[in-house]
Amino acid sequence: MDVQHPFSDTEEALPDPLEMPALCPGAMAESKPYKATDKMQEALGYPGELVENWKEVAIDKLGELLGKYRSLKVYLDSCVKCGACTDKCHYFLGTGDPKNMPVARQDLLRKVYRRHFTFAGKYAPWLVGAQDLTEEVLDDWYSYFHQCSQCRRCSVYCPYGIDTAEISMAAREIMDTIGVGQKYCNEIIGKVFTVGNNLGLPPKALKATLEDLEEEMEEETGLPIRMPLDEKGADILLVTPSADFFASPHMEGLMGYAKVFHASGISWTLSSHASEAANFGMFIGSYETMREVSLRIRKAAEDLGVKRIVIGECGHAWRVAYSFMNTLAGPFDFLDPNYPVPQHICEFTWDLIEKGELKFDKSLNDHMRLTFHDSCNVARASRMGDKPGGQFEIPRNIIKATCNHFYDMADDTIREKTFCCGGGGGLLSDEIMDIRKKGAQPRMRALAEVQENHGVTHMAAICAICKAQFSKVLPEYGFDREAIVSVHQLVSNAIILEGANGGDADDDDDDDNDE
Amino acid sequence: MGYNFKGQDIAHDEEGYLTDLSSWNPELAEMIAKDEDIDMTDEHWEVVNFLRDYYDEYQIAPAIRVLTKALKKTMGPEKASNKYLYELFPYGPAKQACKIAGLPKPTGCV
Repeated sequence: MDVQHPFSDTEEALPDPLEMPALCPGAMAESKPYKATDKMQEALGYPGELVENWKEVAIDKLGELLGKYRSLKVYLDSCVKCGACTDKCHYFLGTGDPKNMPVARQDLLRKVYRRHFTFAGKYAPWLVGAQDLTEEVLDDWYSYFHQCSQCRRCSVYCPYGIDTAEISMAAREIMDTIGVGQKYCNEIIGKVFTVGNNLGLPPKALKATLEDLEEEMEEETGLPIRMPLDEKGADILLVTPSADFFASPHMEGLMGYAKVFHASGISWTLSSHASEAANFGMFIGSYETMREVSLRIRKAAEDLGVKRIVIGECGHAWRVAYSFMNTLAGPFDFLDPNYPVPQHICEFTWDLIEKGELKFDKSLNDHMRLTFHDSCNVARASRMGDKPGGQFEIPRNIIKATCNHFYDMADDTIREKTFCCGGGGGLLSDEIMDIRKKGAQPRMRALAEVQENHGVTHMAAICAICKAQFSKVLPEYGFDREAIVSVHQLVSNAIILEGANGGDADDDDDDDNDE
Repeated sequence: MGYNFKGQDIAHDEEGYLTDLSSWNPELAEMIAKDEDIDMTDEHWEVVNFLRDYYDEYQIAPAIRVLTKALKKTMGPEKASNKYLYELFPYGPAKQACKIAGLPKPTGCV
């Protein structure tokens, strides 16, 4: 009897992050995020409430998606039930609910697909696990497709490469189409359309926030480190998650970017039109939304006449920007072809470090012993630099260049095998805190191991969702809330800026982080 | 969904944030705070009032760092920290204090 309680304080040996949980069927059936209101739905062009003939509409939509995305059909057809994925999902490991096994999650859609789109399923559904779309099935869809953070860890282990994220995106798009949307994502996308960012931060507030930070950095360094907004003719447009303008430790990372730009001497600007790097269109599987959000970046780049686009620390934003932006909003032939389009802020910073253009006093980060959490979308859906695996090496290289103490977590929990933070894919919503906490368990256990073995005190990340999620769940696992830091926060602490006064560049961190 | 305030039903959303910002008043704030297990002290009011003033001007709550910096001036450096704000508002200064201040919940990756 090894029933596992995710939050129990065990006095014994540290639990294995990958430990198979005892099965608890139905444990998370009631985990459901709030539904979007009719206004939130309609703002995105979806019906405000469940449409009358929802079954037909849903099947039609599934048919449309199968025609549009060949990958979806391949994923729904090719599972051989080998079981390789079963224990690879952090939500399964944290909850023991068998419907959180990736194969079971896929089957929620697959059984309806088989019933309506395969010969065997149409005529002998009982033989092939085909099932009609019923209210119960829709209810399961809403619960369990909102317990998938689309992190794609399972797909790394699937011999066929079945991507549960894509199935989950399709299911969410079908649900939106019949009028059953999720509040967290859809409300936020509405704010991007109207205000320009997930936060709903109006230009005036953005300007005031940036000025406040400029003032703070000037007090700290004595230097006029700028955070320019809407400056035409700048070389670089920085597009970053709006959380960087609001939350901690996000904002400490933003100050790091500004210091790097300052040191580089390259002109840059933020945009009030494209004041958001995040693109929740991906989470809800909506190509049109993804495109609309991406076009805001294109418009800002054109209006401001920049030569380059740099993306700040945001996981799925980097996936969309790196993998899809050219298709969604390209061609970007008006940008300087000598630089990657777009470029990640970590690539930008690492490039300068490699050229010897940035100097650091690593001892300014000596109050921290660090590890790095690979964010799922960066790790498994993108790259950085010009070598394979750059998305793993470059952030680590930056940490090592700015800190004396760095230790990786267990091999099977990092790089392409990294665990989701537990809040990705549109799940960073308070009412589903239970699944968020449980989904964080594998990462928290891996962190506990390096804490125990190497005295690690802090974990760095390059994703706004990871940072917000960990700020919430770290205390649940006995860690300090502020044990999560931005990679560019480490840069900010340690960078030596020419002409800076006194050089106590650690100040900004001490205010908040000292124990 | 609503707060029962002096016999009146004051509408809020699923999470207790007021749907009509103009329905807020200090007594209601005390009531919302009680639901959140918070006894409003002068320090809590300092934060809530700052949030409301900021919202009036900018139509959004301030960043945590902006808030702590402002509090440094009024409450002194030892209380102007993220940690202290979490002591006042254990569920997080942004979300919980906004709820009590009658402001919308900050959304996004926060």
